[in-house]
Amino acid sequence: METSQVVATGDTFAAQSFELTRWGKVASGLQRVPIFPLLILATLIFTAVTADFLAPHNPEVGNLRYRYRPPVWQDKGSWEYVLGTDHMGRDILSRLIFGARISLLVGVTASIFAGTLGTTLGIMSGFRGGWVDQVIMRLTDAWLALPGVTFAILFAVLMQPGKWNIILILGLVYWTRYARVIRGEVLSLKERDYVRLATVAGCSRAKIMWTHILPNVANSAIVIATLQIGVSIITEATLSFLGVGVAPPEPAWGLMLAEGKSGLMAGYWWLSVLPGLCIMLVVLAANLLGDWFRVWSDPQLRQL
Amino acid sequence: MQGYIIRRVLYAIVSLVLLSITIFSLVRVTGDPAALMAEPGAKEEDLQAIRREFGLDKPIVLQYFVFVKNLLKGDFGKSIYYRIPALDLYLQRLPASILLATVAMTISLLIGIPVGIFSAVRVNTWFDNFGKIFAILGLSLPSFWVGLILILTLSVYLNWLPSSGAEGWTSLIMPAFSLGWVFTAAHMRLARSAMLEVLGSEYIKLARIKGLSERLVIFKHAFKNAVIPVLTLAGINLVLMVNVAVVVESVFAWPGVGRLLFEGISFRDFPVVQTTVLMGGVMFVGVNLIVDILYAYIDPRIRYGN
Repeated sequence: METSQVVATGDTFAAQSFELTRWGKVASGLQRVPIFPLLILATLIFTAVTADFLAPHNPEVGNLRYRYRPPVWQDKGSWEYVLGTDHMGRDILSRLIFGARISLLVGVTASIFAGTLGTTLGIMSGFRGGWVDQVIMRLTDAWLALPGVTFAILFAVLMQPGKWNIILILGLVYWTRYARVIRGEVLSLKERDYVRLATVAGCSRAKIMWTHILPNVANSAIVIATLQIGVSIITEATLSFLGVGVAPPEPAWGLMLAEGKSGLMAGYWWLSVLPGLCIMLVVLAANLLGDWFRVWSDPQLRQL
Repeated sequence: MQGYIIRRVLYAIVSLVLLSITIFSLVRVTGDPAALMAEPGAKEEDLQAIRREFGLDKPIVLQYFVFVKNLLKGDFGKSIYYRIPALDLYLQRLPASILLATVAMTISLLIGIPVGIFSAVRVNTWFDNFGKIFAILGLSLPSFWVGLILILTLSVYLNWLPSSGAEGWTSLIMPAFSLGWVFTAAHMRLARSAMLEVLGSEYIKLARIKGLSERLVIFKHAFKNAVIPVLTLAGINLVLMVNVAVVVESVFAWPGVGRLLFEGISFRDFPVVQTTVLMGGVMFVGVNLIVDILYAYIDPRIRYGN
């Protein structure tokens, strides 16, 4: 897709450089794909899917005789527990592996939920205008008046902890970011000739929104959703860290950090360093991918 | 100008009203508000007394007006744990939070602005690339993890700084740095893009054509204009910092409003949680209103555009 668009602009220089063999085209297309974030995310997905086979121990059941075992490369470490154990003698590696499942589930599902809600409301707001627009936009303003984390904490305190509630909360907190942007785009889209033509041709409003507006705002929604995955994962970790997120004994990374905090002063560094490292890598990958996708989907930024 | 200000104030009020409706209905949708205001394991008679006291036995619309009336009087309910009005508790803790946010903001501006400006001046060099990596790392690291790593290295291994509490300025360094970390990245990004925009403008080209030295062009003409958007964002972010410091303050046991919110969560002290969230909303709406009005004052296009 990348190469065909380059050729279609009629830029002779670009066209020449792409007059290669078929494989050359594929290779040069691949060069622009961000390898590092894709690798991290692929690892995350693979780990999440195959957690049951990969994990050497049960992540939620420990052996109290083997508490605070250090990783294998330190004194007293053993291959039995490669990355050490926590205060209940649970294997850190297994918990990290199963934690990948929770982070992926929460990050992706929450972004899709928030995206669907926000895009729907944004399209309705922009396309219908009038009082519908006023109500949705004032609600968006009020929702945005609170920092996302604070709002999520309030929701989480009132609801029972658990990962499905966290997904619900993240969706309800973060839909506003989509609604704002999508509404702005719809405002200009609905003045286009093809939309007016569809109206004249007697299309229903629902049909116009679904077949003519939605495909044109989908790009922006996907870009925001990709960037939002990282935000969702960090917010989930924050809620779990504060004790109102994923409920113990589930192995969420944020929860592991909170539990590892008490062992910090005694020098049990692996309890808090390793889960944090996992969060960082995944969020970093999601942010890089989102940035790349934003530039890729915008021809102006791509400088074509 | 007057019309514009009145409209902005009205918007702010509408935001606050919607916010109060949201919190009000959220409490009622998810459970029994009387149980949230009572101590855990309260008897039915106690719950009845609370319902009478807060008007929870009245129709729902009337309940909302009682709720708002109490808020306007400054009555945010009583803390279950501390047994004093939640608002007093909040105001006691606020100075510590503001101190922490101010120091964190100073750190983030002192690092963010020079690095961002210099990245823009030396765009696409190794320094700029280093800055980009730093910025994306800043946005990807959770602040509480930065805090834990700082404790591990500076307190546990090196024994230089106290790991928690609020004794003297040494206990301020680590929380301020963890809190400022994310914002440093944001300010750096904005300073870089603002400086790039300024450097491409006509008056900078003119200054160069006049034959001014590069140093004069950058420091006298470009710098001031590039810093304005950063300082605006910093004003909003200062309020944001007070409100998102909950994790950092709980990691370092810093006695601010974030720590208060954490205590409210841990002790199931709902009046305290509600007060902290509501006050955060009020501060946030307030600072946005001020920025909107200031912008209109500076830029006539905004004033007459709407």
